[in-house]
Amino acid sequence: MNIINFTPVSAFVGGSLIGFAAFLFFAFNGRIAGVSSIASNSIIKNENRFDNILFLLGLIIGPILYSLSGKEIESVLTNSLPLIIIGGLLVGIGTKIGNGCTSGHGVCGVSRFSIRSIVATIAFIITGVITVLIFGI
Amino acid sequence: MLKLSSLISGIIFGLGLTISGMVNPEKVLGFLNIFDAWDPSLMFVMIGAILIFSPLHFIFKRKSRPIFAKNFVVPSNNNIDKNLIIGAVMFGAGWGLSGLCPGPAISSISFLNTSVYLFVLFMFLGFYLGNIIQSRK
Repeated sequence: MNIINFTPVSAFVGGSLIGFAAFLFFAFNGRIAGVSSIASNSIIKNENRFDNILFLLGLIIGPILYSLSGKEIESVLTNSLPLIIIGGLLVGIGTKIGNGCTSGHGVCGVSRFSIRSIVATIAFIITGVITVLIFGI
Repeated sequence: MLKLSSLISGIIFGLGLTISGMVNPEKVLGFLNIFDAWDPSLMFVMIGAILIFSPLHFIFKRKSRPIFAKNFVVPSNNNIDKNLIIGAVMFGAGWGLSGLCPGPAISSISFLNTSVYLFVLFMFLGFYLGNIIQSRK
């Protein structure tokens, strides 16, 4: 094992902002900032639909604001299209059935000491590691 | 007012995803690539987010209600069931195949990358299918 591309400071600062955004959403809207639930509910449920769509719109505006400051955003996605399609489907179905993703379970759920979220987070990280090990991307 | 706080929470969340490097699938796959060339940064994203959200949310939860909404909506389920595990495993596999999870995928929409659009499209299709699977049980 070699350590590469390690950027602990920007990771920690960005992570803190994510945590703060989740706190704002909790304090003002009383809800958990789980992106998979917000996104899936925006197409499935009428309740809070407009709030959900505005949160998603905010997610898109965030990087645009960042790039207005003149900084480059690095984003490399070179996987083949079949992997992208299967990946998208699995992420969609999996987070719907499992009630959460990296934000809802990984950040908010673990922060609330939810046993379901802790188990889910361990499960999806291990599966992610095994998948990368097998497909060697 | 709920609309405004949804939008602002989303923007800050999106900024956090950008600064942390989560919007770069290559970096996410580097985190999952533990056995080869490992980039531990994502661990610091989670630590930063949890260190902020966890204490703030516990302190705020003592209030009788959120600032704008009528009440807190927090999951109360504590059962580790089959769906949670199957869902988390499917999500982890999709995450490992693509390097994308729901938040960063939606944030990446402004990068004008066809692969991202394809992923988001199939992720939403997955939410829809997952909802059908869930409601059958």
